[in-house]
Amino acid sequence: MTFDQILFYVFSFWFIASSLAMIFSRNAAKAVLFLILSFFSAASIWILLEAEFLAITLILVYVGAVMVLFLFVIKMLNIDKSTLRAKFAGYLPLGLIVAAIIIAEMTLVLGGNQFGLDVVAAPARHAADYSNITVLAMQLYTTYVYPFELAAVLLLIAIIAAITLVHRNEASRKKQSISEQVSVQAKDRVRLVSITSPKKEAK
Amino acid sequence: MMALWQSFVELVHELMPWFDGSIATILIILIKAIALVMPLMLVVAYFTYAERKVIGYMQLRIGPNRVGPKGWLQPIADALKLMTKEIIFPTKANIYLFLLAPILAIAPAIAVWAVIPFDEGIYVANLDISLLYVLAIGSIGVYGIILAGWASNSKYPLLGALRSASLLVSYEIVIGFALVTVVMIAGSVNLNDIVMAQKGSILHWYWIPLFPMMIIFFISALVETNRAPFDVVEGESEIVGGTHVEYSGMTFAVFFLAEYANMILMAVLAVIMFFGGWHSPFEGVPYMEAAFAWVPGIIWLLAKTSFFMFLYLWIRATFPRFRYDQIMRLSWKVFLPWTIAWIFVVALMTQLKIGPWF
Repeated sequence: MTFDQILFYVFSFWFIASSLAMIFSRNAAKAVLFLILSFFSAASIWILLEAEFLAITLILVYVGAVMVLFLFVIKMLNIDKSTLRAKFAGYLPLGLIVAAIIIAEMTLVLGGNQFGLDVVAAPARHAADYSNITVLAMQLYTTYVYPFELAAVLLLIAIIAAITLVHRNEASRKKQSISEQVSVQAKDRVRLVSITSPKKEAK
Repeated sequence: MMALWQSFVELVHELMPWFDGSIATILIILIKAIALVMPLMLVVAYFTYAERKVIGYMQLRIGPNRVGPKGWLQPIADALKLMTKEIIFPTKANIYLFLLAPILAIAPAIAVWAVIPFDEGIYVANLDISLLYVLAIGSIGVYGIILAGWASNSKYPLLGALRSASLLVSYEIVIGFALVTVVMIAGSVNLNDIVMAQKGSILHWYWIPLFPMMIIFFISALVETNRAPFDVVEGESEIVGGTHVEYSGMTFAVFFLAEYANMILMAVLAVIMFFGGWHSPFEGVPYMEAAFAWVPGIIWLLAKTSFFMFLYLWIRATFPRFRYDQIMRLSWKVFLPWTIAWIFVVALMTQLKIGPWF
């Protein structure tokens, strides 16, 4: 067994274990942490495949940004577990059907007959000066430049749409005018009043 | 010595017959990592001393001067104190996550250093995508703070963690965009190549074409490392100590180490990105270049880094704390438009071949 193979099995084990732990975890925050661990394991396996750009992007985008927002939201939510459990029996038949369909589809696409060394040859090792990012960039900005740009524009539209949804009701929104705050003078905020205190009568 | 080494290699092969990797390679990587982390921890310790001294003198005080000559042993005394103090666990805290949080804070702060080049050929790892690695691993550090806030099960840490999460995510975008301009000029995401692309003279460094980006990067670095004037995460006047409220002894010290390691990292990154890394400032200057040719590159890198580290302390002693919403506004409404605009400026400069940078 080579060192690469040991690493592969270690990372695969953590990948599967953390994915299972994520599904079975009852605590939402712990589930997110297990998801992060599975992302890391997936990234490590990609690095073993010499796809380091994909691996780093997975960590940068999903672990560094998306999962932070997940944790952020989970902290703000007040999840009531009893109402979740009450609906469990009602959703169970539908959930089982969906799960069965997903399992069937995944076995068709990801089954053992689709993979393995006799179907897909082992990827050839590249030399030390092989640059994964250069190869990807050449493909993205020459052959696939239009789909790439289209995807970027799609994301931009999604961002604008999300902001517009939040920014309805112009009138009811509370706003701060920074220029007003900066140019404020002491006399606008504090009024000094001189009060002549009445003299106490001597006893 | 060689015989000892041979017997060690044989022993390892006997104990682990399935292992065919070169033990020497792994050992060399380990030694490199130790040679990097040990001085780093020492610098962190004396950076805290420098901070107290510098801010002390700026405020017309003397600063620590009791432990050892001129107070030189103060950081060691502090470390001993923190190590021997009791670690207190809040009653309803989630112990595992409570202890995981400081580990998650320090591990990325040290792991990032693996790709930092100190001189031509002096680094732990020469990654082809080292800049992306720095950004990716650097973005994990936020989990330490978020988890610390959540696992403490206490209100002030939670508020601090909420602030920290939103601030760090916002400013990561700004830092990412600011560094895109560097990548556009250098044509590489390898930190070694970025430094090599600035070879020539002080005019070849990227602080001239990217002057606004350099300012934005440094200010964003202050936010990313929770430094004054943007230290609202632990704003004492508002939320006591933020995420650190419930942490004591060594658990707190680990957060402290992570924060200072990150500060030094951001200073080194600023030098590598905008100030020519290990290149001498006298390059290309007649007579001066020859007179300073004996200075190794790592000295120049450390000297430039020290300046930026001093800048952190100077800024802390100078400015009052920002309000939280103003920091957010600064990121989204000021810095982000500037960085995006500057990407187009750099694209134009690249096409028109302005200056010595392209």
